[in-house]
Amino acid sequence: MSKTDVTRRGMLKTGAIAGAGVALPTIFTASSASAYTNEPTGSSVTLGFNVPQTGPYADEGADELRAYQLAVEHLNGEGDGGMMNTFSSKALKGNGILGKKVEYVTGDTQTKSDAARASAKSMIEKDGAIMITGGSSSGVAVAVQGLCQEAGVIFMAGLTHSNDTTGKDKKANGYRHFFNAYMSAAALAPVLEKLYGKERRAYHLTADYTWGWTQQESIQAATEAMGWQTVNNVLTPLAQTDFSSYIAPVINSGADVLVLNHYGGNMVNSLTNAVQFGLREKQVNGKNFEIVVPLYSELMAKGAGKNIAGIVGSQNWDWKLEDEGTKAFVQSFGTKYGFPPSQAAQTCYAQTLLYADAVERAGSFDPCAVGEALVAGDSSLPGISSDSNKGFLFDGLGNGQTLYRSADHQCFKDVLVVRGAENPSDEFHLVEIVEVTPVAQVWYEPDHPMFAGGELGQCNPGA
Amino acid sequence: MDAIILQILNGLDKGSAYALIALGLTLIFGTLGVVNFAHGALFMIGAFCAVTMQRLLTLSFETVDPTKTDFLGKPMKIKTHYVEAWFGPDVGASLVDWAVPLSILLAIPVMLIIGYVMERGLIKHFYKRPHADQILVTFGLAIVLQEIVKHYYGANPIPTGAPAAFRGSFDFGQLLGFDPNVIIYPYWRMVYFAFAAVIIGAVFAFLQFTTFGMVVRAGMADRETVGLLGINIDRRFTIMFGLAAAVAGLAGAMYAPINSPNYHMGMDFLVLSFVVVVVGGMGSLPGAVAAGFLLGILEAFASMNEIKSILPGIDQIIIYLVAIIILLTRPRGLLGRKGVMEE
Repeated sequence: MSKTDVTRRGMLKTGAIAGAGVALPTIFTASSASAYTNEPTGSSVTLGFNVPQTGPYADEGADELRAYQLAVEHLNGEGDGGMMNTFSSKALKGNGILGKKVEYVTGDTQTKSDAARASAKSMIEKDGAIMITGGSSSGVAVAVQGLCQEAGVIFMAGLTHSNDTTGKDKKANGYRHFFNAYMSAAALAPVLEKLYGKERRAYHLTADYTWGWTQQESIQAATEAMGWQTVNNVLTPLAQTDFSSYIAPVINSGADVLVLNHYGGNMVNSLTNAVQFGLREKQVNGKNFEIVVPLYSELMAKGAGKNIAGIVGSQNWDWKLEDEGTKAFVQSFGTKYGFPPSQAAQTCYAQTLLYADAVERAGSFDPCAVGEALVAGDSSLPGISSDSNKGFLFDGLGNGQTLYRSADHQCFKDVLVVRGAENPSDEFHLVEIVEVTPVAQVWYEPDHPMFAGGELGQCNPGA
Repeated sequence: MDAIILQILNGLDKGSAYALIALGLTLIFGTLGVVNFAHGALFMIGAFCAVTMQRLLTLSFETVDPTKTDFLGKPMKIKTHYVEAWFGPDVGASLVDWAVPLSILLAIPVMLIIGYVMERGLIKHFYKRPHADQILVTFGLAIVLQEIVKHYYGANPIPTGAPAAFRGSFDFGQLLGFDPNVIIYPYWRMVYFAFAAVIIGAVFAFLQFTTFGMVVRAGMADRETVGLLGINIDRRFTIMFGLAAAVAGLAGAMYAPINSPNYHMGMDFLVLSFVVVVVGGMGSLPGAVAAGFLLGILEAFASMNEIKSILPGIDQIIIYLVAIIILLTRPRGLLGRKGVMEE
């Protein structure tokens, strides 16, 4: 009978070593299987479209969703290809992204930051979305951008116009194609001076969140620089629907210009109330009372109806532009949906194509590689002398030559100054283009005081 | 002084809406003893009666005009309203223009039917249940109604204009001896205030001067005794529920040009209207009306820049603040009756 020296301590030691030995390959396997968040392993890849389907920006959200669906069709080789045919980068082949079929999930941000974060989180964790895109509220965009940074996925911002999105709240994983409040003000100020003169007294009503604050700050700085005075700035809650109690004090304030730093349903309601109170027929300081809406859209013009006629504002894009990219997109969108696309639709469509193109050029879905490709290159916009004039230069997506600046992940391109049509020829010609402001006029340095305070930080691949 | 007068005027239209909704709420509570959280939804449905009337009057057929092209370069489709084809361009255009006032003709029968169906189909089963149960079931009903409207009309506000004749504003300042353009007030808001006054007057007259109203008032005071006299008080209370629904619906229909109707608008008004009812005194019709106007005007005052510069955000909480103060000093509300909602 042989004797075996099996002790309790020996068993534990052996068990621990054996356990570690079994676990070790698994740890390495797990690591190598998922190098970044939601690495696609099958034949398809999922994009997350997070847009407001309810709330004051629901109109924009609905159009954004239409554009995303159209972009997915085009990426998968269906339809007429839209702006893929005019895009200066030729990496996209109409066979999905890196050969994987593009699928998508949608979420409703409700125009609320917490709801938007919850739906983005669900799309990343449950649906395996590799990229999140959407917006229509800068508060939402900033919140979701932060979440994507933490989760390790790319965030392609939709309609977000606050300086903060690519200013103090910028993130390495976040990218914005849409213009911003500073650019609106820089484009608008000379036109306002030409139309209404240098001696004006402005009263501001401002949506009380990040976009409203930066929009107001930008337009106030630009108009004061040309000689206007600012009589007052009143913050209004985003959920406000009746602005009459905010409009009434304007009447006797001595102001001769009302600046509505409102967007979407907010702007439709505040403008309607201003017109109801007869502001547009008023004469103050011997001048006609004027209303200015710094951020404009066709959708808002539709909601505001006749009230918008003659009112000046700025846009990122308009379907009536004559470039080949715009024509291709309008043809494609109009044929599918029966009406022209909004600027919200164009920026979302462009962002989806830009993301897909960057993945193709990077040869990987790794968010850090994709991010690098999105702003890759030493190309620069002509006519602008600046060290920060570097990034990915492209054309054919509707805005002419555009730079995705590497320093802050903000796109730079021409800006439109527009005006509500006095006698629209049909329901789609509600806005007319007053001027295409060249990009050099709206250029700023990344450390401009209105954008200072934040750092891009390091790209986060997650996993 | 001009700013104060302006804010009083400004508070009147919102106060009118609060008063009309609170009047209906109080009628239902006083007669049936039901706390109806679906009352805001009835206001919202009324507003959508205006939207529906606008859509009915703008139903159109398409013809192709080969001489013009659309945004895609194809021959343009021209839409013509049926009413303009049937009655001529002038009469047709006037009908479309007056869609909101005309929607009253639609709102009255629709709201009476909805009120009747709601009461007979659901609410009558909760008469003897605790108020908490009533609140839960009517709140659930409000959400269902909201979602139905959202499904058919979408989530976005729908612009519904006042007739062209009422789109400008009236210069009150000149009437009161101020400079021109100092105190101006939109015509339609004046119409709304006058409309609310007529409806409130009609409801009070109906309750005060008709036999039906007398029986209802008796029933509100002592339901059991009226029942013992052989009067079918339940039937009358059902009719009162329909009447309260119609009042809320009319308030909503005429409010459509002031604020573009959206599926959520009822909820926005409901909470505030309940505060109005509580402040006015549960079960008191004059209390509901007085508190409606009082709180509407106070809310407008709190929005004055001079006040907000001292107390930022006061415009968002003033109604609740006043409600707390009134309930602390007068627990039954301004004109509350003894015994209502008390053990």
